[in-house]
Amino acid sequence: MSLAAVQPLLIASVPEAPAAQPMLAPLTPVEPLIFEVSRAGRSAAAQRPIHPASVTLPPHLKRGTPPALPQVSELQAVRHFTRLSKLNFSIDTHFYPLGSCTMKYNPRACNTLAMLPQFLSRHPLAVDANSQGFLACMFELQEILKDVTGMAGVSLTPMAGAQGEFAGVAMIRAYHRARNDLARTEILVPDAAHGTNPATATMLGMTVREIPTNAEGDVDLERLAAVVGPQTAGIMLTNPSTLGVFERQIAAIAKLVHEAGGLLYYDGANLNAILGEVRPGDMGFDVIHMNLHKTFSTPHGGGGPGAGAVGVSQRLLPFMPIPVVGQSDSGYRWLDERDLPQTIGRLSAFMGNAGVLLRAYVYARLLGREGMTRVAAFATLNANYLQARLREHGFDLAFPTRKATHEFIVTLKRQKQTIDLTATDIAKRLLDYGYHAPTVYFPLLVPECLLIEPTETEDKETLDAFVAAMCAIWDEAKRDIAFVKGAPYTMPVRRLDDVRAARQLDIRWAPTAG
Amino acid sequence: MPFIPHTETDIAEMLATIGAPSIDALFGEIPTELRCKGLSKVPPRASEMDIARVMHGRAAQDGALLNFCGAGAYEHHIPAAVWEITTRGEFYSAYTPYQAEASQGTLQLLYEYQSMMCALTGMDVSNASMYDGASALAEALLMAVRANSVNSSGRVLMPQAVHPFYREVVASITEAQGIVPVPLAFDPKTGATLVEPLKAFEGQGITAVVIAQPNFFGTLEDVDAITDWAHANGALVVAVVNPVSLALLKPPGEWGSKGADIVCGEGQPLGAPLSSGGPYFGFLTARQQFVRQMPGRIVGRTVDLDGKPGFTLTLQAREQHIRRSKATSNICTNQGLLVTAATIHMSLLGPEGLESVAAHSMANTEALVARLTAIPGVELAFSGDRFHEAVVRLPQPVEPVLAALAQRGILGGFDLSRHYPELGQALLVCATETRTAADLDTYADALRAVLGAGLTHH
Repeated sequence: MSLAAVQPLLIASVPEAPAAQPMLAPLTPVEPLIFEVSRAGRSAAAQRPIHPASVTLPPHLKRGTPPALPQVSELQAVRHFTRLSKLNFSIDTHFYPLGSCTMKYNPRACNTLAMLPQFLSRHPLAVDANSQGFLACMFELQEILKDVTGMAGVSLTPMAGAQGEFAGVAMIRAYHRARNDLARTEILVPDAAHGTNPATATMLGMTVREIPTNAEGDVDLERLAAVVGPQTAGIMLTNPSTLGVFERQIAAIAKLVHEAGGLLYYDGANLNAILGEVRPGDMGFDVIHMNLHKTFSTPHGGGGPGAGAVGVSQRLLPFMPIPVVGQSDSGYRWLDERDLPQTIGRLSAFMGNAGVLLRAYVYARLLGREGMTRVAAFATLNANYLQARLREHGFDLAFPTRKATHEFIVTLKRQKQTIDLTATDIAKRLLDYGYHAPTVYFPLLVPECLLIEPTETEDKETLDAFVAAMCAIWDEAKRDIAFVKGAPYTMPVRRLDDVRAARQLDIRWAPTAG
Repeated sequence: MPFIPHTETDIAEMLATIGAPSIDALFGEIPTELRCKGLSKVPPRASEMDIARVMHGRAAQDGALLNFCGAGAYEHHIPAAVWEITTRGEFYSAYTPYQAEASQGTLQLLYEYQSMMCALTGMDVSNASMYDGASALAEALLMAVRANSVNSSGRVLMPQAVHPFYREVVASITEAQGIVPVPLAFDPKTGATLVEPLKAFEGQGITAVVIAQPNFFGTLEDVDAITDWAHANGALVVAVVNPVSLALLKPPGEWGSKGADIVCGEGQPLGAPLSSGGPYFGFLTARQQFVRQMPGRIVGRTVDLDGKPGFTLTLQAREQHIRRSKATSNICTNQGLLVTAATIHMSLLGPEGLESVAAHSMANTEALVARLTAIPGVELAFSGDRFHEAVVRLPQPVEPVLAALAQRGILGGFDLSRHYPELGQALLVCATETRTAADLDTYADALRAVLGAGLTHH
C-alpha cells in the first residue's frame, strides 16, 4: 500500500483523538547491505598502521583468498550504520512498555563514567596492585546488591540473566550433592514462568515439573504440596510473578519447600517491582539472580550485553561462581577456587561483563538508599495508573481483582471474539502511533495478552498519550479491522513473512560468482 | 528525584484515578512482615558531579599499564567511529528485536555480522553471538553432541593447550550434561598438540575434537592432520579461533579435506576494549547441516506484505521462549551491542586492514621475543610456528617479576606457572600492532633491570 492511500484513512479514523495520531513518516527506502556498496580497492586507510609488516607463515597454514569483508570508505561505513540506527525504536526515542523487560531510561552518566579510558584499557589479568580502583567499585556493588536483596553473598560474574539462573540452579545442585543428597533431581517451575527457567533446569540435568496457577494468579498451593518431596531440589519463582501480581502466599511456599528439603530460587526478572520494598532474602529465598540490565538500568543494546549477578543465603556461600571480590587489610583481591574450593566454577573466561557492572554501580550510587525504594514505588504507581486508565476505557484486565505491581496484563479475548482484533494487531498498529509494543502472548496462560510495563521513568503525559493511542486503535478496528490488520504502515517494512524466513533460510550474504 | 519525572500534582491526580490514598497503599497485597525496614549498606545518593569525581579518581588510581599481556584478551586499535556510533541511543537503548518492523536497524546489522563471521571463518551459517569465547566453546560442545548422530558419547578430546579458563568454563557449564573432556598433550618442544597420540582414541566413539588455532601459547596447530583424523573417526571438529588471525591463517572451513564442523571463539579483538574482561562477545559458526542445532538468536532475510525485503529473527523454534525445557540452550540475552561494535569495526578495517593488524601484531611479537631472549637467562620455550603470542622462560619466579614490572608501569604478560607447572618459570607475552618499537625497548630494558636486581639480591 502506498503512503498516499494510507493518509486519508488515518486522519479519518481518529478525528476525536488528535493527540493520538499515528506518525506520518515517509516510508523509508531500503538501506542496501554494506556488502552492496563495497568496491574492490576502497578502504578506510586511516584505520591501520601506515607501513606494511611482512611476516612468513608455512603455506599449509596460510589463508588463500582474503575474507569477503566490506571494502568501504570511512564515511560510507559511518553513514550506513547511522542510517541503520535510525530504523530502530529505542528507549531514547520511543516509549517502550515491553512487559518483563524493564525498559527504563539508561542514564548517560553511567555510560560515560564506565567508559573512562583507564577502565577501557584495563586488562582482565592486570595485577591486583593496579586494580584497586576498579575492584573497589565491584566490591561496593556486591555490598549494595547484598543489601537490596537481603542475601549473604553476591557474585557478579554471570553474564546475563539466563547465566545467573544457570549459576543459581547449579549452586542448588552442588549444595545437595555436597550433602550426598543425590535423589534431589526435580526442579519445580510455575506454569507462568519465563522459558529460561525450564531451559536452565534442563541444562543442569534436572527434571522440570510444572506447578499450575490459580484463577487469582497465585501458585496453586495444594498442587504444590502434592508434588514436593525427597526428590525436590528446589523451586524457581519470580515474585511478583510474570502475571504482574505479587505472590501473596510466598511465606507458605517457602515453608512447604524448605520443610521438604528443597531450596528456593528467585528469578530477579521482576525485581524492579520490589526494589527497596521487599527483599528476596526476607521472603525466604536461598538464591537469586538479578538482571542488572533491567533493574539497574544498564542498556539492553539491541539484545545484550546483560549482567546476571547472583545473591546467595549463608548456606550457599561456598558454592558461588568465581571470581568474587574479597577485601583484606592489604586491599581488594579476586577470590577464586583456592578460596572457594566448593565453587560451581567459572562461567566466563575472566570476570564477566565488567563494563556493564560499572554502569550498574554508577546507577546505584546516583539513586542512593532512598532512590532504590522510589524505583519500586513509582514503577508501581505508573503501572497502576495505566491499568486504571485502560480499564476506564473498557479494556479487560487479566486479573481485575488484583493490584498491579510494576506491570499488568490486558487481555483482548473479548475483542478477538467480537471484531477479530488480536494482540498482534494492536502491537503492530501501536508502532504507527510511535509506541513500541508491549510484550504479547506472554505469559502463555492468558489468551491474547498484552503485558505492559511502563517503568518509573515515564511521565504522566506519555502514559495518557499511550492510553489515547490504545483507544484510537480499538476505534479503528471497530470501523475497519482489515486496515488495522495491515499495520504497520509507517515502519521501514510492513509485516514480515516469518514462515518464508524459516523455510527459505537466508541468513548470510555471499558474494555472487563472477 | 533522580530519573523520576512526577510532580506532586501528577502523583495526586494519578492516585485519584487509581482510587488509592497513597503510593504505599499500592503495596497493600504484600504481607506487612515482609516489607523492608530500610537499607543500611547502600550509601546515600550521589549527584552526577559527586560520582564522576569518585569514578575519575578510581580510574586514575589504577592508571594505564603499558600492556604486553594477551592470554585471551587483546589490545587493538579501535577506530573512533566504532563506539561513537555503537553508543547512539537507537542501538544502545533498544531491546532484542522481537518487533521486527521497529528493529530493522539492529536486525540488518546482525545479518551483516553473520555474513562477515561466515566469511572470516569459511563457514556456512552464524548465529547472532554468545556471551564470550569460553561460554561459546561450552555451547559448541553441547551442540556437537546434538549434531553428531554417529558418536554421541559426549567424550571430547580437549588439548591441554586450549586456554585453561576456557577448559574450566566448559567443565562448569557442560558437566551436568554428560560432556567428558579427555586431555590431549602438547609437544614440550614446539608447544603444538601432538598428533601421534590420537591413534589411541580410534574406535572409541569420540564425539568431537577441539582444535584451538592459535592455541593458548600462540603456537599454530597442525589443523589439517587433526581435522582429517577426527573425520575419519566419526568425530566432529570444534575450532576455537582468534578472529583477527583469520585474516592471515587458513579459515577453519578449509581445514583438512572437509573443513571444521563448528567454529567458535572470542570476538573481543574485533572492536571491544579490554575493559577488565567484558563485555565481550562469543561467535559461533557452523556448516549448513547443523543450523537447527545452533544455540542463540539467528536473523534471516525475508519479505514483507508488499514484497519488500526485510529482516527478522528466525528458527525461533530452537529457543527457550518457545521450546522451554527442550530448547537448544537457555541463552536469551546475547551481546548485541558488542556485535554492533564488531560489525562497524570489521567494515572500517576491511580485509586489508584486518590483515595489516594481524601481520603487525605477529611481527611485533617476534620483535619482542628477539629483544627479551637477548637478555641473559631468558629463553624461548617453544620452537613451533606462532601467531602473536609467545612463551618465554625466565631465570627467576614469574610472579615477583610481574609485580616489579607493574611498579614500572608495565603489564608484562600472563604467568603460566600455576596452570602449567611443567613449563617452569614461564611467561606468556604478546605485542599487538598498538606497540611501538620504543615500547618494546621499554619492556626489554625494564625486564633486564628487574632480573638484574633480582640476581644481586640472591
